[in-house]
Amino acid sequence: MTCCVPGEEDVAQAATGGVESDSAALVALSRRLGDGTCQLEFAVPDAHCAACIRAIETGLKSLPQVVSARVNLSRRRVRIVFDPERGEASALSTAIRASGYHNYVLDPSDDSAGDPVLAELVKSLAVAGFAAGNIMLFSVSVWSGANDATRDLFHWISAIIALPAIAYAGRIFFRSAWRALRVGRTNMDVPISIGVTLAAALSLFETIVSGEHAYFDASTTLLFFLLVGRTLDHLMRERARSAVTNLARLQPRGGTRVLPDGGREYVQLDEIAPGMTLEIRAGERVPVDSALLDHNALFDYSIITGESAPHAVPQGDAVVAGANNLSGPLLVRAERASTESFLSRMAAMMEAAQDARTKPRRIAERAAAIYAPLVHATAFATFAGWLLATGDWHNALLNAVAVLIITCPCALALAVPIVHVVAAGRMFERGILMKDGAALERAAEIESVAFDKTGTLTLGEPRMVEQGELSDEARRIAASLAAASSHPLSRSISAMLGEQPSLGLSIREFPGRGIEGTDDNSGVWRLGSARWCGVVTSESSGPEVVLSKDGTALATFMFEDRVRPDASTAIRELSALGLPVRLLSGDRPEVANAVGMEVGIRDIAAGLLPEQKLAAVQQGRTMMVGDGVNDAPALSAAYVSVAPVSASDIGRSAADFVFTGDRLTAVPFIIAVARRAAALVTQNLTIAIGYNVFAVPLAISGHVTPLIAAIAMSSSSIVVVANALRLGLSHRRKRARAEEARGIVQVEPRAA
Amino acid sequence: MSGLLLLIPIAIVMGLLALVAFLWALRNGQYEDLDGGSQRILDEDD
Repeated sequence: MTCCVPGEEDVAQAATGGVESDSAALVALSRRLGDGTCQLEFAVPDAHCAACIRAIETGLKSLPQVVSARVNLSRRRVRIVFDPERGEASALSTAIRASGYHNYVLDPSDDSAGDPVLAELVKSLAVAGFAAGNIMLFSVSVWSGANDATRDLFHWISAIIALPAIAYAGRIFFRSAWRALRVGRTNMDVPISIGVTLAAALSLFETIVSGEHAYFDASTTLLFFLLVGRTLDHLMRERARSAVTNLARLQPRGGTRVLPDGGREYVQLDEIAPGMTLEIRAGERVPVDSALLDHNALFDYSIITGESAPHAVPQGDAVVAGANNLSGPLLVRAERASTESFLSRMAAMMEAAQDARTKPRRIAERAAAIYAPLVHATAFATFAGWLLATGDWHNALLNAVAVLIITCPCALALAVPIVHVVAAGRMFERGILMKDGAALERAAEIESVAFDKTGTLTLGEPRMVEQGELSDEARRIAASLAAASSHPLSRSISAMLGEQPSLGLSIREFPGRGIEGTDDNSGVWRLGSARWCGVVTSESSGPEVVLSKDGTALATFMFEDRVRPDASTAIRELSALGLPVRLLSGDRPEVANAVGMEVGIRDIAAGLLPEQKLAAVQQGRTMMVGDGVNDAPALSAAYVSVAPVSASDIGRSAADFVFTGDRLTAVPFIIAVARRAAALVTQNLTIAIGYNVFAVPLAISGHVTPLIAAIAMSSSSIVVVANALRLGLSHRRKRARAEEARGIVQVEPRAA
Repeated sequence: MSGLLLLIPIAIVMGLLALVAFLWALRNGQYEDLDGGSQRILDEDD
């Protein structure tokens, strides 16, 4: 099984700080199991086969503190039970990463494992299915000619099965209808509830008076199909919700407070009060807006500004919440409560933007608004018409109930969710997570696409591109200096140079400048900015790092933020779909233009503030693709939005779609699937409406017997489902063909 | 008619058994990880 060899190098690169590397925070986050052990769940979005399960589980089980570890492949999660007494909790994430998988810890408060709504839906579905199947058994006998006493017996047995089943499985609809009626509104569940109840009551009456027609089978089958639609709809929403939590890399949920007596204590985010002294370790994020108490330090502001270059903060100055500490451990004083921090203000801005976005109402909702009054009017007109024409209230009621049953929106209820489920499944296979079906509907309607630069078109991680000649000694020195720092450039250098033997230098880090190492006999080595190293270098566009010995340059490392490998392909595919592409960047025009040129975007706006980005995406139906906190308002204001999984937490929760992996071609793929899905939804709605146009006149004219009702209802539902499945099928066929062409054995590294 | 009196209860009881079996499987977590089961069988040690 060599089908999955995730890029180990990339995983190593992603090994940045976060809650995952903080044992105290992890234990605070975990669920206590009572016997001293704790349970945590990690999302492992890349896991997808038996070898993945094995690698992750064996990697974890080799740790002494792990009691059990089990991967859930459907949900792409691993549940770990561990004993915090016997080892660091931070080793868990490291172990999964060492097996080659990205992972994010999940917030147990969002755990949807025991989803009571889904459980209720599935149980109701099972009961309705059982009842429908068994009653159909008797109905078929009645239709094939059972009469007199036998028919009455069959009707009675049907009633005994149907009435409790309807009471149980119909609860969901009755409750919802009642809630709507109580506040004087109507929804799709009102005609459903009335139809089912009336049909059951009338059938019971017919049974008692030994009548010919009973609709027990129709009412239970109806509930069954409706529950299928309802369950699928719920699964979609649930998947969307768990997609967001799945990826929640989590903003700091708290911080380490330094008590007046020097002790340390982990405090939750909302307990942090202004004036508290907090310790921020290397690689940790600042939980609230604070003032720096310690020596000068370097912070990674990339989630706030989108700039990849680190930001030097002098002692006493303000540090913004969310900034990542790149220096050693330091002390800050909390200045504001978490609710007033920069991140919260961003969140408020997003909410305002979201409210302002005039979301088109979902197709199903629009249909429901017209549907319910229409159905009631038709049924009532049928009843009144027959009563006036014949004076036979019994026959009039029978026909009115037939109208209610026939118009019950089975196909209509299935038409939209089934397509969304199939589309979401296709996207999930490609590592794309969809928040809800409404986003899919909007994605099909967009008129242009806007990209952010850093972290979206580019990978957002500086990579060493040039290093000049290096002697063995210089290589070893550079590697050990770089290893001592958590600065992204240093991390990148040590990743490139690899593991080198320790040299016993005494090393000091100068925030904002570089790292200095002294040795008794070989002099002073510095790795850092050109000016600090006392060297004059040529002008360059990207960041650079110089290695010097006693003021003489030995090597220059040049860096560049790489463009995603398939960015230009993605842009070409978007143009082929007929969508204009824009680049909206907060960065300098030179950098933005260079990246735009490389990927083939001509329409470039650089130097934009978050507010300007927001205004830019509000014109027309724009799809925004972005990642940082600075993009978050634009992401929530845009008609529809996409974020990479590497995006900041706030960016991810603002986005409608999140794609994992490095591939930007996910964006045209989303649009293609969305358009296909929109076409299928339209077809399905046409089928459902066409069925009604055909069947309702029959029902009004009194020609619908229970047999015709059963056939019409089932066949329209099945046609709708089969039509939706085409979305998945064409894809499977294509993939099967591709696999055949490659030879069945997959030997290449995971391609997509 | 006497055949029916025997066969109908049998049919219904069998249906009920299937319903109970499904609800048991649901409660027992058999549907938690549908993809995992098909992959785990490939793992020799499990």
